[in-house]
Amino acid sequence: MRRGAWKSWALGCASLFVTGSAAAAPTPGGVNFQTPATEVARDVMAFHNEVLIIITVITVFVTLLLAWVVIRYNKRANPVPKKFSHNTLVEIVWTVVPVLILVWIAKGSFPLLYEQDVMPKVPEDQVVDIKVYGHQWYWRYQYGQGDEITEIESRIVPKDQLKAGQIDQLSVDNPIVAPLNKHVRLSITAQDVIHAWAMPPFAIKVDAVPGRLNQLWFKAEQPGIYFGQCSEICGANHAYMPIELRILPEDQYNQWLTRLKMSPAEATAYLDQVQPRGAAQVAAAH
Amino acid sequence: MSADTKSAPEAGHGHGHDHGHDQAHDDHGHHDPKWYSPARWLFSTNHKDIGTLYLLFALGAGTVGMIFSGIMRVELAEPGLQLFNGTAFGGFFGNPENYNVITTMHGLIMIFFMVMPALIGGFGNWFVPLMIGAPDMAMPRMNNISFWLLPVSFTLLILSMFVPGPPGANGFGGGWVLYPPLSSHDANPGLAMDLVIFSLHVAGISSILGAINFIVTILNMRAPGMTLHKMPLFAWSVLVTAFLLVLALPVLAGALTMLLTDRNFGSKFFEPAGGGDPIMFQHLFWFFGHPEVYIMILPGFGIISHVISTFSKKPVFGYLGMAYAMVSIGVIGFIVWAHHMYTVGMNVNLKAYFVAATMVIAVPTGIKIFSWIATMWGGSIEFKVPMLWAIGFIFLFTVGGVTGVVLANAGVDHALHDTYYVVAHFHYVLSLGAVFTLFCGWYYWFEKMWGVKYNGFLGGLHFWFMFVGSNMVFFPQHFLGLNGMPRRYVDYTPAFREWHHWSTIGYYVVLVGMAFFFVGLIEAMVRRRKAEANPWGEGATTLEWTLSSPPPFHQYNDLPRVR
Repeated sequence: MRRGAWKSWALGCASLFVTGSAAAAPTPGGVNFQTPATEVARDVMAFHNEVLIIITVITVFVTLLLAWVVIRYNKRANPVPKKFSHNTLVEIVWTVVPVLILVWIAKGSFPLLYEQDVMPKVPEDQVVDIKVYGHQWYWRYQYGQGDEITEIESRIVPKDQLKAGQIDQLSVDNPIVAPLNKHVRLSITAQDVIHAWAMPPFAIKVDAVPGRLNQLWFKAEQPGIYFGQCSEICGANHAYMPIELRILPEDQYNQWLTRLKMSPAEATAYLDQVQPRGAAQVAAAH
Repeated sequence: MSADTKSAPEAGHGHGHDHGHDQAHDDHGHHDPKWYSPARWLFSTNHKDIGTLYLLFALGAGTVGMIFSGIMRVELAEPGLQLFNGTAFGGFFGNPENYNVITTMHGLIMIFFMVMPALIGGFGNWFVPLMIGAPDMAMPRMNNISFWLLPVSFTLLILSMFVPGPPGANGFGGGWVLYPPLSSHDANPGLAMDLVIFSLHVAGISSILGAINFIVTILNMRAPGMTLHKMPLFAWSVLVTAFLLVLALPVLAGALTMLLTDRNFGSKFFEPAGGGDPIMFQHLFWFFGHPEVYIMILPGFGIISHVISTFSKKPVFGYLGMAYAMVSIGVIGFIVWAHHMYTVGMNVNLKAYFVAATMVIAVPTGIKIFSWIATMWGGSIEFKVPMLWAIGFIFLFTVGGVTGVVLANAGVDHALHDTYYVVAHFHYVLSLGAVFTLFCGWYYWFEKMWGVKYNGFLGGLHFWFMFVGSNMVFFPQHFLGLNGMPRRYVDYTPAFREWHHWSTIGYYVVLVGMAFFFVGLIEAMVRRRKAEANPWGEGATTLEWTLSSPPPFHQYNDLPRVR
C-alpha cells in the first residue's frame, strides 16, 4: 500500500513538472523552499537566500580559521606556545563587524516582516474574506456573512481512498477555494485546542487559537493546487489534518461559490471538473 | 578541621562541617566510606559523591531519552506508520498519540533529566568547589535533597506515560512546551498531565535548590585571593546559569500551578470561555523557556574554554570578555522569549522588537567563538580526546548559531516556524552543542573523577562516530524544514522520504558511537590504569589538577592561596 501511494504521488508530481507549472507541493529530496507562489513568498525566499549566503560565508570562515589553527598551531608545527591573551584591535573588530552584519540583515528583515504581516490597503471589492476554524482534526472554512454563510469541512483523504493525482498526507476531500488576484483575508481561530494554518508556497503561517481571531492574507498569482499542513501540535491526529488550497479564476470561483450554497459536495464536484487533479489541472492554469 | 574553618570563616555556614558528618571524618581520619555502602550515597553530603550521583542519573535518563529518539527515527524512516500502527510490539504502540508522547518525553527527559543534571548537577558539583578552592558546597545537605528530588521527579514523569491522558490513550503528548488548551482538562482529562506537572514542579524545586547552593558557594567560598575576576570560567558559567535558574524556574512553576488549578479546581487562567488566554501560558512558559536553553549551554561554554586552553597550552584569550559575554547572554536571554511565538498572532511591532533583541545575542556568542579560536591561535595544540570534542563543538555550535540568526527574522520564521528547520537548529545547538560539551567534560575530567585512565582510541572512535552521525541526523532536517515538513508528525508525505531516511541512518551511526562510549567506560573499569594527578601537563592550570586523581574524600583542609 505504502509503495503504491508513493507511486501515485510521484506520478502526480511528475505530471506537474512536465507541464511546467509552479510546483505546489514538497519536492522529493528537495533541499530548499517550495516554489514561491506569491510576491510575499518570493521576497521571503529572496531574503532567506541572502541571509543564507551570509551565514554560509561565516560558517566557512570559522571552519577555515579552525583548519588553520589545527594545521599551523598543532604540537608538531608549533612546539612552543605563545602566551598572549589579549589583542584589543581584533576584539573590537570581532564585536563591531558582527554588529554591522546584523544591522545589514535587519535592514532587510523589518520591511519584509511588515510587508508580510500587514495587508496593503486596497478597495473592499478587491478583498475576499474567508473564516478558518481549526478542529481536532479537520479544518472548517466559512464563506459569506450574515444570512449568507456557507461552510465546508475539510478532511484528509485516507491512504486507501486516494484517487489518481491526489497526494498522500496532503490531499483533502473538500479543499478551501480562493479567487485569483484578490487580496484574500483569512480570519483564523480554533474551537478546541491550538492548531496552525500554514501555506508553505505562500510563506505564511499563523496559529489558530481558541478565543482569538488571527489574520493571514495572500494574493495568489496563478490558479492551481497548493498544499499546507497543520503546524501546531494538536493531539493524536495532528499529522492528519492537511490543507489543500485551490486558486480559481474569479468567474470560476463565483460559480463554485454558487454551488457551495447548494451543497459542499456539489461545489467540490464542480471544482474537480474545472480544475482536475494531476496534469489536466495544471493545463487549466495556463 | 579547625584550621580549615579558621582559614575560611565563610565556610562555617556549611552545616555539614558542624555535625555528624564532620565527626565521622575526624574519627576515621582518612578512611573514606566504602563505595558499596548505601548510606554513602543515600545520605551523601559530599559534593563529589553527589556529582557522581548526578552523572550516573543523567547517564540512565539519557539512555532512556536516546531510546525514545530511536523509536522516533525508526518510525520516520519511511512514510506511513511503522511502529505506531497498533500491531508493532504486540500492539503496545496503539496509535499516533503514543508517538506524540514519545516526542514529548524525549524532550522533557533530555532537557530536565539529562543535560541539566549532567552539566550543572554533575560537573558543577564535582568541579565548582575544586576549581574555586572550596572544601565542599556551601549547603551540603541541601545538595543531597537537590539530587534526590530528581529520581522522584523522573519517576513521576515515567509514570505519566502509563496512566490515561487524552481520551483513548495513555500519557501526555502535547510537546515539552505543554501548551494549553491541549494540556487542559478538556483535551487531556487523564491523570497523565497532572503527573507531568508534578514532575516538573519537583524537578524545578531540585534545580532551584541546587542553583541557590551554587550561588552561595561561589560568592562566599572562593579560596583566599581568588577574586571573581580570577575565578575559572567554568565557575563563572555555573554562576550565571544558577542566576538564570533562580530567576526563570519560579515563572515556570507559576505557570504550571495555574495550569494545575485550571485542570482541577475550575480556575480559568488559560481558558477563553472564562476570560482567560492560552497565549498567556506561552508567554510565561517561554519567559522560562528561553533562559532555559542558555541554562543548558552556558556550563558547556565554561568547559570548552578550559579544554581549549589546556590543550593549546595557552591562557584563555580575552578572559574578562569571555566571562562578561556569558553574563550578557544571560541578561539578554530574558528579553527575547517571544521569538518562540512569532506565529501566535502578535502585534507586528512587538514582533519587530523581538527580532531586534534576538539578533543582539549573536554578538556575545560570536565573541565567544572567536575568542576560543584566538586561544588556539599561537598555541601548541594536542589533539587529545577532549580537544576533539571541543573543536567539534565550535564547528557545530557555529552551524546551529547561524541558523538561529535566520530564524530570528520573523519574516522567515513565519515560513519555518514549527518545521524541521527549527528541529535541526535547536538540535545543532543542544544535541550537538550541549551534548558535545558534556562529552568534552566527561573525557577532560574522566581521570580526575574516576581515578583511572580511559582508552584514547575508543574515545576517538566515540567522537568521530558521534560527529559524523549527528550531522547525518540533523543536517538533512534543514532541507526537510525548508521544504515544508512540520514538526511532531508521526507520518509524512512521500516527498520527505529521502532526507528522513538519511536522518534515520545517521541515528544508527550515532548509536555505534554511543556503543564505543559504553565500551570505553567498561574498558576503563576493567583495566584500572592508574590515573595521574595531572595527565594534561602545563596547560592544565586550574586548582583541581593540584589534587590527586581521584581527589581525597575531603579536599583543601588547608585552603589554597591564589596569587
